[in-house]
Amino acid sequence: MTLTLNHFLVIGALLFGFGLLAVVTRRNAVAVLMGIELILNAANLNLVAFGRYVGGGVTGQVFSLFVIVLAAAEAAVGLAIILAIYQMLRNIDASQATTLKE
Amino acid sequence: MQTQFAIFIFLAAATLVGAAGVALSLNIFWSAMGLLSCLVGVGGMYVLLSADFIAITQVLVYIGGVLVLIIFAVMLTSHIQDINVSNRSMGLAGGFVVFWVVATLLCFVALWTPWKLTPQLPAEATTVAIGNGLLGKWLLPFEIASVVLIATMIGAIVIARKEVKPD
Repeated sequence: MTLTLNHFLVIGALLFGFGLLAVVTRRNAVAVLMGIELILNAANLNLVAFGRYVGGGVTGQVFSLFVIVLAAAEAAVGLAIILAIYQMLRNIDASQATTLKE
Repeated sequence: MQTQFAIFIFLAAATLVGAAGVALSLNIFWSAMGLLSCLVGVGGMYVLLSADFIAITQVLVYIGGVLVLIIFAVMLTSHIQDINVSNRSMGLAGGFVVFWVVATLLCFVALWTPWKLTPQLPAEATTVAIGNGLLGKWLLPFEIASVVLIATMIGAIVIARKEVKPD
């Protein structure tokens, strides 16, 4: 059996589904952030797979590079916010962080 | 071809088991380990797609940077021992409904669309092409990404520092 585009697209779809599952079911803010990372990885996998099988060239790879950079930035800011919430509330339950200020 | 497919199956299993662990494990530290397995699997798939530079970037940035950051946050914020806290917000049933609807819809679209496939070129190193692209055709997004990174760095430092209360 040879590898086709469909294999990678199915993996990407399942990865996206698991990421969404983590985002909607988890209450721990760090776990929600991990779910977002899964979703971004699924998008990246699709970009690279389409670049390999449909588009040709490196356009898909360059854009997945930008997605990786922005995911790193998002993780840094998100974790900083989570640490700030933890210092204020002493937990990181996403459903309890309902105020903008102390 | 057969070995390639076997490697793909192995990587897919690592990716999906890791992703399921992230979504379902009640212990947040095991979720982080699941994320590690998932990121390694996706990196291997980049290699199978002959995207060598992206695979290395995945290992360097995601596993070396983002995952370490997440594990730091886990260590700093949660007491790993007490995992008896209820950790669900929407309930697993609702979550699984969302999961099945989205995953089946995306698989259906992916499998039933007649993609215009291009003939497979032999795999070659992509680093030169990506470097030329970043300093040529995609120079503006590249520069904007660096501005975003600086803003992110400053913002993260400002947000996460201990606030000194004037009194």
